[in-house]
Order: sequence, then C-alpha cells, then structure tokens
Amino acid sequence: MFLIHCPYCGEREQSEFKAGGEAHIVRPKQPTELSDDQWAEYLFMRKNIKGVQFERWVHTHGCRKWFNMVRDTSNDEIKAIYKMGEKPPTKYK
Amino acid sequence: MKNKYSIISLIKNSFSYHENWQKAWGDPEPKKEYDIVIIGGGGHGLATAYYLAKKHNMKNIAVVEKGWIGGGNTGRNTTIIRSNYLWDASAGLYDHALKIWENLSQELNYNVMFSQRGVMNLAHNLQDVRDLKRRTHANRLNGIDAVYLNTEQVKKFCPIINTSPDIRYPVLGGTLQRRAGTARHDAVAWGYARGADEMGVDIIQNCEVKGIKRSGDGIEGIETTKGFIKTKKIGVVAAGHSSVIANMAGLKLPLESKPLQALVSEPVKPIIDTVVMSNAVHAYVSQSDKGELVIGAGTDDYVSYSQKGSHEIVEGTLNAILELYPIFSRMRMLRQWGGIVDICPDASPIISKTPIKGLYFNCGWGTGGFKATPGSGDLFAHTIANDEPHKLNAAFNLNRFVSGDLVDEHGAAAVAH
Repeated sequence: MFLIHCPYCGEREQSEFKAGGEAHIVRPKQPTELSDDQWAEYLFMRKNIKGVQFERWVHTHGCRKWFNMVRDTSNDEIKAIYKMGEKPPTKYK
Repeated sequence: MKNKYSIISLIKNSFSYHENWQKAWGDPEPKKEYDIVIIGGGGHGLATAYYLAKKHNMKNIAVVEKGWIGGGNTGRNTTIIRSNYLWDASAGLYDHALKIWENLSQELNYNVMFSQRGVMNLAHNLQDVRDLKRRTHANRLNGIDAVYLNTEQVKKFCPIINTSPDIRYPVLGGTLQRRAGTARHDAVAWGYARGADEMGVDIIQNCEVKGIKRSGDGIEGIETTKGFIKTKKIGVVAAGHSSVIANMAGLKLPLESKPLQALVSEPVKPIIDTVVMSNAVHAYVSQSDKGELVIGAGTDDYVSYSQKGSHEIVEGTLNAILELYPIFSRMRMLRQWGGIVDICPDASPIISKTPIKGLYFNCGWGTGGFKATPGSGDLFAHTIANDEPHKLNAAFNLNRFVSGDLVDEHGAAAVAH
C-alpha cells in the first residue's frame, strides 16, 4: 500500500487507483499492415522491469482521469508523476 | 550414494542423537563449464534438473540459485494441488503433474507429505453454478475426477461453512476433486535437490546470475556472482524474475510480475480437513499439519518486485473468510508474506523454446505453479533434452502469443487470477 499524488486531485490512497500497465506503448498507426509478430509485440510483450519503470495509472475512484507514473518496482517508490501527453522526465530514461 | 531414509535409518540415527545424518545435498563451487545450466533453484528448477539426469541421462548439469533453494515462491505458496482445469491442454498438463505427485514420496525416498484431502470450489451466484457445472463435465471428459455438489452436500463435506441463504454471497453449490489436496512445499524442493545431487547435479546456492553471454544465434554462458560459467543450454525457471533474466538475453516476454499474498493463523486443533476455495469472494483456506489455517489472498494489480502487497488485499480476503466461516472470527493471524508471481495474459504457463538457440523458458505460472511442480520439471526436462516440446506442453509455447492460439484459463480455472 502506498500513497499516490493524483495530478488532478492530490494525494490519495493507492486503493483508489488502478494500474494500467507499461506506458508509452504507441498504438500502431497502420493496424492493417502489421505482421503477427508486430501485433504480439504491441499486445502482449512487456518490459516488466525490476527497477524504474514508466506506467499508466487511472484514478478510478476519484476523477477517473489517466496519468503517467515513474515508479521503482523493486521498492514501490514513486519517482515522478506527469499528465497524459506530457513528455516523460528525461532523468529516468 | 545416498543412504536410504527408512524406519531403520531413523532408529539408527537416534542412537547418535540425530547428529550424523548424511548431508542431503552438497555445496559445490561452480565448474568452468556445464552442458546445461538451470537458472532458479525452486521446486520447478530442481525437478527439471532431476528429470534431466534421471530420464534423459544428462550429465554435467548445474542449478544456480540466487538465494537458498526453495526460498522463493516454492516456500511462499499455499501448497494446494489440483488438476480440475477447464481446457484440454491445461487438464493434460496439470493431471500429468497430479499423477506424479501420487507416487512422488516413494520415487524420491523423501516424504513430501502429499495429502489427497480433496479440493472444493464454491459457487456463489448463478454464473458460478453454470461455470462450475461446465468445468465438472469438461474434467470428467478428460478423465479427471470431479463431482458437483449442491449446498447441502457442501455443508456435509465441510460442516463449518456458513451455508445460510442470507449471507452476502450465499453458497449455491460447489465442485469437489477428491484426488486433489496439499503437500509440504519445502520437502518438494529438498526431495528433488537430494535426488538430483545424488545423480551428480551441482546445486550452487547464493549465486546470482548477472548476465547472459550470447554468441551469434546461440548462448555462450552466464555471468554470475561466482564468476563466468560456460554453457550452451540454459533453462530459466525464475518465476517472478523471468523477465529480468529474459532482458539479459535481449528477449521480451508476455509477463507481468505482481505481488501475491498469503497468511497463516495461530495453530489450532483440526477443524478443516480439506481445501476450500472460493473464486467469487477470493478466499481459500486449508489447515496445515501444524494446525495453522493457511489462507491465500489475491494479487495486487500493479507490477512490483517488492515481495509485499497491499493491506486491503489481505483485509478483503479475511472479510470473505469470516463471512464463510464465522467460527474463525476470533482467530489471530500469525504471519503474512508476499511472493512475486509472473502472470501471462492468458493465465497459462510458458514451457518453451525461445528464438535464441539453447535458451529455454519455464515461466508464467502466475498464482498457481506449485501444483504443477513435478509435471513442469518433467516436461521442461523433455523440452530441453530433445530441443522439442513434449505433446503435453506443446500448447504452452511462447509462439502462442504470435499465433493467437492462447490457452485462456482466466476465470475458467476455478480460481481468480
């Protein structure tokens, strides 16, 4: 259990949120031209990093808005939170 | 040669105050080169090494383990064994394991305390009833024992369950697999370790893999905290850390690692002589031979390697347990812990070759890998030895995420994932 600072509502309990998996996976621009391998990569393959990972979260039991998070998955420490569409902080890249 | 464990050896050793028992496995330094290296010294990894040596006459095998053998998910699960899965591929896989369990203590000369006390799955709503009935029929068509029970029969089989119709999620029925049950999880790792050691497998503990050295389309060896080990074949059985190892080889897997929690109560006299699982309210409970209630909770929905989960997951499970078993209302919980489980999008495992020659993965067991330990080891050993899957694990290949031929056991496998 940890606290998450929603960029719209402020600090709330993690149980109000839902994790949406790895961030910055871009939806294919030309889906009809994708090979099976490319579809598998887009749909299923994940970095699943132990360490600093970029993720999407949604404030399900709050403002219901999506946002991005940089989190260390080895100790659940949140490094940064930024809104959808904003550039990810470069120092964790 | 290992001395056989028997009543005679027990009596003999009692005269020397049990101080002269032979070591069950050695503590070797890694050799320069092995034919096969298994990464991960849990039940699945040790079983793989055991069957590679025993059934495929492989020599020169090492198991490398970051911590102590059996110290990861092997020692953290709730020890439930069953094979009542919906799909044919899963039924084949898990019942193969169950058949090995039935004779495992004899085979290993090591008491794994396998107890076929039955596993009962409860239905709490109309959809549950339909799903469970469908699964019962599917199981029986696959030759797996399964019966459907109505509420009275559930009550008769496990009298402490609250079957009152006015609880929040009333018990409408359930399924029972009588051949299912539990085993002592540490003993499984130790038994396989002892058996593998006897056949010359090097079990190298406290040896963390730091990198995988590639050469062309194959493997050259592994970088570890105990130095470089040359090998052409690697079997990875690293559970929650599978993606970490895969990343070392430049491979991506369809896995997410999440914390799964369990807890045990203070020990009490025998009160529940079976395993009861409930999918809808996510609560399952059994009683260990020491008398503790063993309770399995759910996973958190975010990726984490921290081996601890959220408090509300435990709270939710205990709420459900109390509603179903009011008799436990004053029990105190003794210990709670988390393990990191690697979950596939279709909630089925991967026992497979990879695009990299000589690199094999056995992962994705998610929340239910313990039950499969012997079968998983046997089939993974076959896959490594022959460079081809056995027909029982052919469906569980990595390529199914490309072909779309998934084995979708989400919700169908009698417990929520």
